[in-house]
Amino acid sequence: MTELDLDSADGRQEALRRMVTIRAFDQEAGNRFADGEIPGFVHLYIGEEAVGVGTCAALESDDYIASTHRGHGHCIAKGLDPKYMMAELYGKAEGYCNGKGGSMHIADVDAGMLGANGIVGAGPPMATGAALSIDYQDRDEVAVGFLGDGAVAQGQVHEAINLASTWDLPAIFVVENNHYGEGTPVEKQHNLDNLSDTAQAYDIPGVTVDGMDITAVAEAVAEARDRARAGDGPTMVEAQTYRYRGHYEGDEEPYRDDDEIERWKEQDPIESFKDRLIERGELTQEEFDDLESEIESTIDDAIEYAQAADYPEPSAAYEDMFVDQPPELQHFANVARTDGGANGGDHR
Amino acid sequence: MTAQAELELETETMTVREAIRQGLREELERDEDVYLMGEDVGLFGGVLEVTGGLYEEFGGERVRDTPISEAGFMGAATGAAATGTRPVVELMFSDFMGVSMEQIMNQMAKMHYMFGGKAELPVTVRTTEGGGMGAASQHSGTVHTWIAHFPGLKAVAPGTAASAKGLTKAAIRSDDPVFVFENKMIYEQSGQVPTDEDFTVPIGKAAVEREGEDVTVVATQRLVGESLGVADSLEGDVSVEVIDPRSLYPLDTDTIVESVEKTGRLVVADESPLSYGTHAEIIARVQEEAFFSLDAPIMRVGTPDTHMPFSPPLEQEVLPGDDDVKAAIQRIS
Repeated sequence: MTELDLDSADGRQEALRRMVTIRAFDQEAGNRFADGEIPGFVHLYIGEEAVGVGTCAALESDDYIASTHRGHGHCIAKGLDPKYMMAELYGKAEGYCNGKGGSMHIADVDAGMLGANGIVGAGPPMATGAALSIDYQDRDEVAVGFLGDGAVAQGQVHEAINLASTWDLPAIFVVENNHYGEGTPVEKQHNLDNLSDTAQAYDIPGVTVDGMDITAVAEAVAEARDRARAGDGPTMVEAQTYRYRGHYEGDEEPYRDDDEIERWKEQDPIESFKDRLIERGELTQEEFDDLESEIESTIDDAIEYAQAADYPEPSAAYEDMFVDQPPELQHFANVARTDGGANGGDHR
Repeated sequence: MTAQAELELETETMTVREAIRQGLREELERDEDVYLMGEDVGLFGGVLEVTGGLYEEFGGERVRDTPISEAGFMGAATGAAATGTRPVVELMFSDFMGVSMEQIMNQMAKMHYMFGGKAELPVTVRTTEGGGMGAASQHSGTVHTWIAHFPGLKAVAPGTAASAKGLTKAAIRSDDPVFVFENKMIYEQSGQVPTDEDFTVPIGKAAVEREGEDVTVVATQRLVGESLGVADSLEGDVSVEVIDPRSLYPLDTDTIVESVEKTGRLVVADESPLSYGTHAEIIARVQEEAFFSLDAPIMRVGTPDTHMPFSPPLEQEVLPGDDDVKAAIQRIS
């Protein structure tokens, strides 16, 4: 087990730390986006922390995850460094993807993080593929595909689960049901009470758990992992959760009211886990406050790092299209203007 | 390997189908991380029989039958390529690319770039193209322009048995996503094929299939053989040089430009639809680099912006062939 093992006191502390880090990271990312410092879109994970961290708590460090557009939490849960994540959100050369991916495409393949993904439902085929490599090479890992409730309606999700099930691949599909597919409530997108019921169609186990409870998520994923490693194929875990922020930052949220948000906050995944650790005598409120301050300064450092980091050179736009660069791109790179663009000059 | 070195290798006569199969077999033998996957590629031997016998030889783990699930297996192949294996996908007909386009255009093509070069995607996609067998509009398309146009993907399209083998092997050995477009009407076409296990055709290198002085014909796939026939029939009247680009992206512009600088005349023959396509790209590059060498307008031969109709007389009407190549040469020479 990894340093996130919920069966150990240290593991529980680390899990709490990662949940708090996710929340602090995303709160600050939201603020900096609102200030205009972070370009593009950001989709925040606040409220859903127990799903990502609970899932990764049941994984080994070399297991794979394929993420969604709401991927910051998965990255931190998998152990990525907030500093390089923030640099990526800022579009800086030191970011995980050298600034080419941004919030929606953060990846660290070496750490088993196969990418956030801007296409709803694209993670499961990726996870099935990683599980295929694992199975083909008789390796010991598993691959997790995260998807949202909205993605359950996607055809490629069905195809990915069907393939994984048919081939008994070591994959786990974690449905983060945050109750809204963008701005449309889940009940208007599916004619099902539990999305995990779809698992029956593939003859694989499907369970629905409280996604605000890190332990419940970790237990379900651990069972799925054991099953995958035993060669019994994939499992679907639906985690019922809630996003406190809009679909994206700037979303005016006409589809829900404050009362609903407040009701979910009563089950807050961080508060409830913290309370449990205090009850067990493993944590005091003071220690938790210290942890929060420490993490706030970690995130402040990440912001400072990202702000100070350099943008990529304009010529980097022409790099990394291929492993073996074709002459076409080399030519465009050669004629790139230093102010950032090959258009208008000599081309081809 | 240079074209000269290709000529010096020992060869055997075989069909395009056999040449591709030999290339697949050699790569399966050479690298355990290579495996084939697709609809009916295993027990059935491939719907156009290209993978016949490989299932018996290598087993179902390495020659994997998939569900009829192009989006699922194209996405899985991308994920598998990113995590340590080298899948070779057969997409039964290139028309089915539409079903799996999301995985091709938003995942396979973009991952290496979006991740700052940190994911390598050694995935090969073999697929069939072309009209001529009465397969009608949804099984006869020539869509390689889409892939050649889309940044992040490489596209090759063999016109001879030798290049069919060599490009297949080069695609599998490449660490980038490569699409191999096989014209289904040339599977039975025979040619001399190098038997050396290390014979490959470098991606991005054209072949001058026939030397000539008066007109350059850049032809792809089935139209390579047909253009060579036309060139022979015009011998003594017009001296025709025939170039098979073999690779559409990257494209060996230098070989084509060098030829046009010599001949001053160009015909581009490719079965894809004429508008906004492969022909236009080749012509654009030639005019950029050899404009002042041109003695006549550039001609193009292709499908006249229709789908492939079912009825044989209609199919023959729109399918570009040797008569169209001949007419184009004669208009400018």
